[in-house]
Amino acid sequence: MTPEAEPESVEELVAQWEDEKSPAAGPVTNIATGALVALLGVAGVIGSRSLGLGSAAQPGPGTWPLIISIALIVLGLLLVVRARTAGFGEKFNVHSWGVLAGLASMIAFTLLIGNIGFEIPAALLAFFWLKVLGNESWRASLVGAVLMPVVFYLIFVTGLSTNIPHLF
Amino acid sequence: MDLAPVIDGFGVVLQPENLLYCLIGVTVGMLVGVLPGLGPAATVAILLPITLTVEPVTAIIMLAGIFYGAQYGGTITSVLLRLPGEASSVVTVFDGYAMARQGRAGAALGIAAIGSFVGGTLAIVGLTFFAPFVASFALDFGPPEYTVLAILGILLVASVGSGTLVKALIAAAIGLLLATIGRDGFTGSERFTFDVLQLSDGIDFVPIAMGVFGLGEILYNLEERHKATKAPTKVTNVLPTRADLKQSSGAIGRGSVIGFFLGILPGGGAVLSSLAAYAYEKKRSANPERFGQGAIEGVAAPESANNAAATSSFIPLLTLGIPANATIAVIYGALLIQGVTPGPQLVDEHPDIFWGVVNSMYVGNILLLIMSIPAIGLFVKILQVRAAILAPITVLITLIGAYTIANSVFDIFLVCLFGAIGYLMKKVGLEPGPLVLAFVLGVLLETALRRSLILFGGDPTGFVTRPISGTLVAILVAVIAFPVIAKLWKSKTREKELV
Repeated sequence: MTPEAEPESVEELVAQWEDEKSPAAGPVTNIATGALVALLGVAGVIGSRSLGLGSAAQPGPGTWPLIISIALIVLGLLLVVRARTAGFGEKFNVHSWGVLAGLASMIAFTLLIGNIGFEIPAALLAFFWLKVLGNESWRASLVGAVLMPVVFYLIFVTGLSTNIPHLF
Repeated sequence: MDLAPVIDGFGVVLQPENLLYCLIGVTVGMLVGVLPGLGPAATVAILLPITLTVEPVTAIIMLAGIFYGAQYGGTITSVLLRLPGEASSVVTVFDGYAMARQGRAGAALGIAAIGSFVGGTLAIVGLTFFAPFVASFALDFGPPEYTVLAILGILLVASVGSGTLVKALIAAAIGLLLATIGRDGFTGSERFTFDVLQLSDGIDFVPIAMGVFGLGEILYNLEERHKATKAPTKVTNVLPTRADLKQSSGAIGRGSVIGFFLGILPGGGAVLSSLAAYAYEKKRSANPERFGQGAIEGVAAPESANNAAATSSFIPLLTLGIPANATIAVIYGALLIQGVTPGPQLVDEHPDIFWGVVNSMYVGNILLLIMSIPAIGLFVKILQVRAAILAPITVLITLIGAYTIANSVFDIFLVCLFGAIGYLMKKVGLEPGPLVLAFVLGVLLETALRRSLILFGGDPTGFVTRPISGTLVAILVAVIAFPVIAKLWKSKTREKELV
């Protein structure tokens, strides 16, 4: 992480923003997204039919889901067809693994909280996010991992007296 | 117009608890405006559980404060870091940063704060007189009108997003489908619950908003923050000179008016209005080449406009019950959770909420002006807080908050699930805003549509033949046609430019 050169003009500034954008995902992502959306629509149509479609004058529980599902199929196919022009998302990069790890740490937190209260899982999560995902120093990470559960305890247990499961 | 409830509204605002929450709201708003990463929609979503512990009016005063406070804070990063904190501050960067390079960062921030204050305050006055008028007009709305209005709201929000229309509509359709999960309000039969007990009452709005907006954004930032950091420019004197004030007073006035009117349009909001105000100032200037080189009007106009728009975007929410943008959609959800349905009846049935929230904005804007001029140094220091330290704090607030909604671990799982969905949506270019907005409006839309169809005996032409819904259908058609025409026009002019 290094400070970058200062742009001299608006044009340079805009160019710098463009450079900083993450690399765009290609049309293949759009095709896959569109196909997935259309499939969701197909599943929705099947589900709606089993709910009972009713009629226009007496709409049933499945009428509205059916309309949305058909819209999903149409929009999904439209995205497949226009995959080259529909605007791109972003490519996954090496840091995407960090996202996956971050998500995993949250699920671990959720699994633990019902059994051992929130304090230890919160300390572990804070440490993981500071040291591993955040590249902070050992000292900062340890201090954060101790301080955060304490402050949250004071806010959520002592202060707001919520029912959050806690050990102490 | 009966002014008594307006005055009573000030009584509501001046209650110590409401003043405190207003202060908390605008301070948090200012902070999220300054800090990179979390936007106002994500912040409002993350703080939803806290609002459950206080009175509805107090909750909305705080959430509204976050929303308009973020508009003030966003300016600081635009000027000092040449990084638009919020989308509505993008144009501010052009002249704001140029001014900072000339050593006039303080003047840029000062004029932005004054412009924001004037824009915000003028818009509250506009809101005070305009909103009850719109509400009285909407009292005659029946199910057909609400059907068209809800579709119109979703389409408008989808059409002005940063992505493409197809993708925005996909996001909206997914939101609508999610809203059908749970027991059908008409027949009582369960829909798409897959025999999961926790789904039989449907998915709650809070985990969806917290996940898609809150966690989704936090996860996305894990990837983003590995980019180069920027050193903030030094700020000295934030008080603009008399010449600065004189030069920008016209721009502030015009920006406020443009912002107010564009803000009322669903989807218009702060982003469009700041662009429009900037473009207008540049066009009417005697020497437009100054813009981009540090023209103070180029800071004053968009900053006045985005604050006016943030305020006036409460009009469709408070009078029609249609949220105009993503953050307002979350505030709408917060009201629903509190058992208050925003709509034309709000001003009569809950005058304390209506006028309490509206009048709290005066107080909020004064507080923000104080934070932006005398106390600006504090917020500039906050720019140095590292994202790596903030991230675990926001994650823990979100996860613990999610549990406290209903004391349920299942809700934390839902938040994680929707967080993953929100992240993936960003990666494939689907905007989360339309999904959340459509989810919020989903039940209202389905109910209105089914009632209308029963009313019309199954004949959908009924939507066109009723005078008000017919007019709304005409607007709907215009909204759909407009981008297509604009696109054609744009490609034609581009051809001309190439020639």
